[in-house]
Amino acid sequence: MVRAEGLTFYYERLDEEGNVESKKRAVDHVDLHIRPGKFIAILGHNGSGKSTLAKHINAILTPAEGTLWVDGMDTKEEEKLWDIRQDAGMVFQNPDNQIIGTVVEEDVGFGPENLGVPTDEIWKRVEESLDAVGMLKYRHHSPNKLSGGQKQRVAIAGVMAMHPRCIVLDEPTAMLDPNGRKSVIQTAQRLNREEGITIILITHYMEEVVEADHVFVMDEGRVVMEGSPRQVFSQVEELKKLRLDVPQATLLAFELQKRGVRLPDGILRNEELVDELCRLKSKM
Amino acid sequence: MIRDITLGQYYPAKSVIHRLDPRVKLVTTMIFIVSLFVAKGIMGYLVATLFLGAVIRMSKVPFGYMTKGLRAIVMLLMITVIFNLFLIDGDFVLWRFGFLRITDKGLKTAVFMAVRLIYLILGSSVMTLTTTPNDLTDGLEKLLGPLKRLHVPVHEIAMMMSIALRFIPILLEETDKIMKAQIARGADFETGNLIQKAKAMVPLLVPLFISAFRRANDLAMAMEARCYHGGNGRTKMKPLHYQRRDRAAYAVVWGYFVLMIAVKWSTSYYAVMWL
Ligand SMILES: Nc1ncnc2c1ncn2[C@@H]1O[C@H](COP(=O)(O)OP(=O)(O)OP(=O)(O)O)[C@@H](O)[C@H]1O
Ligand SMILES: [Mg+2]
Repeated sequence: MVRAEGLTFYYERLDEEGNVESKKRAVDHVDLHIRPGKFIAILGHNGSGKSTLAKHINAILTPAEGTLWVDGMDTKEEEKLWDIRQDAGMVFQNPDNQIIGTVVEEDVGFGPENLGVPTDEIWKRVEESLDAVGMLKYRHHSPNKLSGGQKQRVAIAGVMAMHPRCIVLDEPTAMLDPNGRKSVIQTAQRLNREEGITIILITHYMEEVVEADHVFVMDEGRVVMEGSPRQVFSQVEELKKLRLDVPQATLLAFELQKRGVRLPDGILRNEELVDELCRLKSKM
Repeated sequence: MIRDITLGQYYPAKSVIHRLDPRVKLVTTMIFIVSLFVAKGIMGYLVATLFLGAVIRMSKVPFGYMTKGLRAIVMLLMITVIFNLFLIDGDFVLWRFGFLRITDKGLKTAVFMAVRLIYLILGSSVMTLTTTPNDLTDGLEKLLGPLKRLHVPVHEIAMMMSIALRFIPILLEETDKIMKAQIARGADFETGNLIQKAKAMVPLLVPLFISAFRRANDLAMAMEARCYHGGNGRTKMKPLHYQRRDRAAYAVVWGYFVLMIAVKWSTSYYAVMWL
């Protein structure tokens, strides 16, 4: 679905004459291979290049070196630009700054309108997408009157209406309260499960990563770790070096291990930890 | 105070006025505004009042909501009234105090001017309250469509307007927030002379501009990510087609306009300028 080879990108700062004054390498030789239908999480400290990578998948940025393919299309090919953007939708962090319409349904229709979809078909897609994110009953509302989580779900519907095969969500929950966060993540998980859409979720919240199929950890523009959530989170020390958190249950299990409690590596959920502790207790 | 500006605030309701084609509403508003300047004598204003009253009634927007827009022009209104009241010479003086005096003509002009201004705001509020900004700009785009041949970027202008309208409430809220934050830090927006007040605005405007530019940047990216590439090859979710009710509305509006002109002629014919 998404494949990157040696993907590198620099932000250039120009001086007054337009000469390159300084270069900042934001993404550094990243190799990725994301299969269709997977739920992918990308973790990383602030400034590690996650957003920059995400913007490449949507062809908002194009690689300085290396290549990125979306569904076999090279993002450097100008004539494929709109196909790529239709294929890989993007949801951003700030819900207010990505809703264009003044009525929910008009906003969801914005993408299909740009694609030149016929009117009847637009209405059908708007209804389906709003239904898929559970926002159908808000279709006539003003986005300004919705909660943050609801706005993000409308933004997801706006992407869904373009019939993408992949959705990149760049910290969609960073500005939300716990309830809004849960509703957005559950929506993404459902779209992944039921519609088979590839989800690439960038986040700071570890609980949101636990359910992913595959996790990438970035630092200073490079992918420094990858694997299943269990594999990644069993490396607590390394994650700490990268200034990243681990889920609470994992951290507690890790500290207990250090004190000599015999727990397996890679515990992710509270229930797992409880089960393991009960098993230990019954053995004693 | 700033929150009182209702322009660009859609009030959802199910009414005939809401359902009308935005082009009808735009043209009607234009005709209504022109008619206010055509209006002469009490008869003319009576007709205008009836027309506006009927439209407001039909729109199902609460009258209190409608008049919110007026609060923003209270100052302007007062200045207009006071200037007209005291500065216009007339045939006989109704009231005198020192160098101040009110003449019959001054009073008449002041009252009509005030009514005209109020109706102007109410009339345009009816339009913006009953039409979503998107519809409004769609209507404008279609009305101005012929100008495209003269290379006027009609679609771009319409898009800019609709985005501006969507962000007005957000930016107003933000202004409020920044204002409160600066007041909490000891900023004073209320006292002082004009220059001091203008200076006090700097710590308000700078963060506001920075945030507006960031929003603009984000929004442009979000629009591109959703394949926005100008008006070419774009379809419409809500294409505009005139219905029977739109034609009926046009007939009513033009009827109103003709009536206004007739009233104007008949009053000037009989030279009944004042009552
Ligand atoms: N528009 C820009 N111009 C110049 N440098 C930039 C720009 N955007 C990002 N950078 C720099 O590129 C690096 C990577 O930024 P990026 O936004 O991709 O990080 P991130 O992982 O998304 O961080 P965060 O968690 O804060 O969102 C950072 O060091 C940042 O300072
Ligand atoms: Mg980021």
